[in-house]
Amino acid sequence: MKKTNDVILQTVTKIISFIIILFSIHLFFAGHYTPGGGFIGGLMTAAALVLLLLSYDIKTMNKILPFDYKRMTAIGLLIAVLTAAGALLFNVPFFTHAYDYFDIPLLGETSLHTAVLFDIGVYLVVIGITMTIIQTIGESE
Amino acid sequence: MINLPLLPILIPLLAAVILMLFPKHIAAQRVISIVTAIATIIASAVLVAAVKQNGILTVNLGSWPAPYGIPLVSDMLSALLVLTTSIIVLFVLWYAIYYSDREYESYFFYISVLFLLVGLNGAFTTGDIFNLFVFFEVFLISSYLLIVLGGKKGQLRESIKYVLINVISSALFVAAVAYLYAVVGSLNMADISQRIEALNEPGIISVIGIFFLIVFGLKGAIFPLYFWLPGSYHAPPIPVLALFGALLTKVGIYAIMRTFSLFFYQDGGYVHIVLGALALLTVIIGSIGALAYRDVKMIIIYNIIIAVGVILYGVAVMTPDGLEGAIFYLLHDMVIKAALFLLVGIMMAIAGSSHLKDMGGMIRDYPWIGWTYFIGALSLAGIPPLSGFIGKLLIVRGGFAAGDMIGPLLILISSLVVLYSAMKIFTNGFWGTPREYHGAKAHLATRLWVPAAALILIAIAYGVGAEAVRPFITQAVEPLVNPAIYIDAVLKE
Repeated sequence: MKKTNDVILQTVTKIISFIIILFSIHLFFAGHYTPGGGFIGGLMTAAALVLLLLSYDIKTMNKILPFDYKRMTAIGLLIAVLTAAGALLFNVPFFTHAYDYFDIPLLGETSLHTAVLFDIGVYLVVIGITMTIIQTIGESE
Repeated sequence: MINLPLLPILIPLLAAVILMLFPKHIAAQRVISIVTAIATIIASAVLVAAVKQNGILTVNLGSWPAPYGIPLVSDMLSALLVLTTSIIVLFVLWYAIYYSDREYESYFFYISVLFLLVGLNGAFTTGDIFNLFVFFEVFLISSYLLIVLGGKKGQLRESIKYVLINVISSALFVAAVAYLYAVVGSLNMADISQRIEALNEPGIISVIGIFFLIVFGLKGAIFPLYFWLPGSYHAPPIPVLALFGALLTKVGIYAIMRTFSLFFYQDGGYVHIVLGALALLTVIIGSIGALAYRDVKMIIIYNIIIAVGVILYGVAVMTPDGLEGAIFYLLHDMVIKAALFLLVGIMMAIAGSSHLKDMGGMIRDYPWIGWTYFIGALSLAGIPPLSGFIGKLLIVRGGFAAGDMIGPLLILISSLVVLYSAMKIFTNGFWGTPREYHGAKAHLATRLWVPAAALILIAIAYGVGAEAVRPFITQAVEPLVNPAIYIDAVLKE
């Protein structure tokens, strides 16, 4: 294969992928009050990773982000299931969430909700699945 | 413990997720999945006892009251189905441990079986029509993996058909739910039932009823929507086939039972007449197939179709006798089909082929397997002390009580066909001239026999102890005959 010089693509990717990841995290945390949430946030993060994959290659990708994406899916599912199952400890119906207001330095009074934990699970599952699919197809000959 | 109806869903789900962390540790996968299956059986047995004592149990997930949240509803019917499903999964897993090779097992086999169990238990337990759809997808997607796992040519070909047909039927399911939601404005099954009664518009409800019949008929393989089943079920390995044959079509039947007793009882039974006619045609088609083939897998596969028809005929007549018979026969059929597929799998492991012309005289070397199969075949046909008898008797009685002559007679004749087709395997496979077998897995025969024989034992106990089982079945029929019981349990307060 001819070796091409992707210096423009790679330089732009370094900046853009950061912006995309920041935007995806914003979408993730904004999900409770505005459009967004775990699914779209996860997809957007995965899109940033795919952009990295496009401008570099799978080997470099595995070196800078050494994640096992199948395991990431499993951990995401585990977080989601355990969040929902946490209700069992308090003998209330499965999936009953709890929330309260906390005074957090920098952010001030913020409401923290266990639904965020569930969403983190969704977020990880979406990234894990998307990356597993893309890497598997990319690697198979 | 108010979350009791949830446990048969949560336990395998949690175990499957944990197993995903180390898919290549075969020993751990085997042990954990077996332990999970046993724990699920214990949980569902406790659930059956609790439902027996307290009546219908409901959990409103997320503490949102019905009809706004998703309720899980365990009445006796769903509790019994959950228990039977868990038992079958345990024995099939046990069989699969000996049957499968390590390569096969390391590609998420146990994980997808556990997810299959999650989807099935969820579909049996949920009280929300859209949640039913989601659980359908959970077990369907697991089944897609299971049917294609191994990557043989036939599996790839049949999995494309299987996925295609199920994607279409799932899309129809969503469309049917959309119509229903547009008409009644609710997704909670008890609430829908109440609103349909208040609405009093039988025309549109009948249309939706037929729509649901098409959807669940595609899942449950009734005539003329059964065409995908024989090919698709012939492809996967025996443990997977046993799971599919015993469990997957039965969810379609359960969904028909649930929706037809809750939603579509208003229009003077038009939908039920259609269902009854289709059920009888299903019996006929299944009988033709069971007579025609000399391939052991195909014979049992067409027996699934016959059983689907028989059970749905019991549902269609809508008399307490018919419904009771349908539930009796449903539980019997799940156990006996799993057992027969496992036994036929042993014969194939010995002979290295699924065709009867390659078998003969197995009774000389494998008498235990032969006689176990013999009992299984008699039980399948419904010989009195065994498990298939009481269900079919009640269905036939229900049919006659409803003033139908053709249906019950057809079902009685189909029993002869079932007996003939099952005995065809016995006489050609086990009797006749003994020959040398070089099946690759012949040395496993005795070990594979144990889980199959255990299922046959359960079937015998179910048949002999029908008197003890009867109160449970009677309780399971009550909400089907009188939906008000179900509605009151879900929408209490």
